[in-house]
Amino acid sequence: MGERKPGDRERAITSVAKTSITDSGEKQHTLLGADELILNMGPQHPSTHGVLRVKLKLDGERVIGSECMIGYLHRGVEKIAEHRTYQQFAPYVDRMDYVAAVSNGLGYCEAIEKLLLVEAPVRARVIRTILTELQRIASHLLWLGTHALDIGALTPLFYCFREREEILKIFEKYCGARLTTHAFRIGGLQYEAYDTLEKDVERFCKNFESRIVEYEDLLTQNRIWLGRTKGVGILTSAEAIAFGATGPVLRASGVKWDIRKAMPYAAYDQYKFEIPVGTAGDTYDRYLVRMEEMRQSRLICLQAIENIPSGPILAKVGKVLKPPPGEVYHSIEAPKGELGYYVVSDGTVQPYRVRIRPPSFVNLQSFDRMVRGHLVADVVAIIGTLDIVLGEVDR
Amino acid sequence: MLQTPLNNELVERVRAKFGPALVEATEDRKQAILTVECARLAEIALYFRDEEKFDLLSDLTAVDWPKREKRFDVVLNLYSFAKNERLRVKARAGDGEEVPSLHGVWPTANWLEREAFDMFGIVFAGHPDLRRILLPDEWKGYPLRKDYDIIEQDTAWVKENLGIESGQ
Repeated sequence: MGERKPGDRERAITSVAKTSITDSGEKQHTLLGADELILNMGPQHPSTHGVLRVKLKLDGERVIGSECMIGYLHRGVEKIAEHRTYQQFAPYVDRMDYVAAVSNGLGYCEAIEKLLLVEAPVRARVIRTILTELQRIASHLLWLGTHALDIGALTPLFYCFREREEILKIFEKYCGARLTTHAFRIGGLQYEAYDTLEKDVERFCKNFESRIVEYEDLLTQNRIWLGRTKGVGILTSAEAIAFGATGPVLRASGVKWDIRKAMPYAAYDQYKFEIPVGTAGDTYDRYLVRMEEMRQSRLICLQAIENIPSGPILAKVGKVLKPPPGEVYHSIEAPKGELGYYVVSDGTVQPYRVRIRPPSFVNLQSFDRMVRGHLVADVVAIIGTLDIVLGEVDR
Repeated sequence: MLQTPLNNELVERVRAKFGPALVEATEDRKQAILTVECARLAEIALYFRDEEKFDLLSDLTAVDWPKREKRFDVVLNLYSFAKNERLRVKARAGDGEEVPSLHGVWPTANWLEREAFDMFGIVFAGHPDLRRILLPDEWKGYPLRKDYDIIEQDTAWVKENLGIESGQ
């Protein structure tokens, strides 16, 4: 910290507010109360996890209104889909939620399989489940590390990335890529599991049990952590449903709903796991829910590697995919929430329409409700707790 | 044909209540699809939310069929926690025809409708803040319409804003 004169920070905020008012030139912003100001946050702010721009209306340091400005990463993937064949579009979905590419790919492949009326072989479904659950752990680890970092806890980031690296190494061994994996193919898998996949997963899971305890030692009872997360960004269950929130955000508000249980896909119906739910719907509960989800994912992986059935890994789908005309909606429980694909076929090799229902986009909508009445510093915590990925928000 | 007429209790209840406003009930790959009259969409949505317990609006989007008289399908994907069931509700809308906003039924429709407006130019009547959401405000045209050419727009933008020929 350099030397600061009293009032420096206030002046900095006020000057930002003034420019943002004149720049935008919108009339509503000239109607601020005497104590109110507009603060612009992002799109280059490190805590927005990408290029999210938030306009905050402040009364002193208290947020009284907010507006999210999104679209900086819009690439028009839904339009691109209409100009590609079904197989060609598969790698594009990895670039939406780029920290959980495997989950995106699973949802897309299963949606197209439903459209084609084929089913992936059992062996493929089990391997898909293992990789997707590892991806969930990796995604949650990234969330935990950056979320804690935003709030001021530096240490968990290094621990989380250490474990995440192990998962990415398994992906790399499996398909050659670490992030945008394109691990699955329509109809099953392209690659057979490598020889030591089970051993690698088992070793990771064995170590991971004590690693979660380490994270919890750092945070769960930490007074600063409690102070920064308890009671911050409360979303009641009725609000969560009304705003369409899904995934850990919905579950932390007390709604026990997980698509893996409600409408099982892949091989989830074969494994035992619990759905953790919160009660308060605050940032702390969302933290606890995601921590427990990592434990449950670990258990699913351990159950799955015990018995990977033998057999083919790819159903007979042919090289040219022409699904019969019609439409299908298929959604999976991605690490962030309900990831849905609504695909319309007109019987040609290219989809007529692909709609992607992104969990991050919909979850971000409850941001305004969660942030009102809190301090500016809590905005960072609330963005972090929503676990958004801007690639998916903007598509 | 994979699309078959659907006739279950839910369809009968909706037909009894709304009569001709239920245009069509079909099933495609075991997924129920109800097409309803566009003008009464908000009222029917309220019925689905309160009476039929479809409390979660998973998704709201649109599909463009330019050759049809009413070119847009506004598509809602609903989910019911109580029944563990999904339902797809469609409403056909012509170009420029106003679709009742569902913001009052499911607040989540706010951004989803803005996106449909942004991409298709569908106007939602009664929406509190109908502006573009993903594209810049000054964007021309609606990209997900079938007659919208990606390359043409791109080259025009580059020429106008950068003063050079696009490399596309």
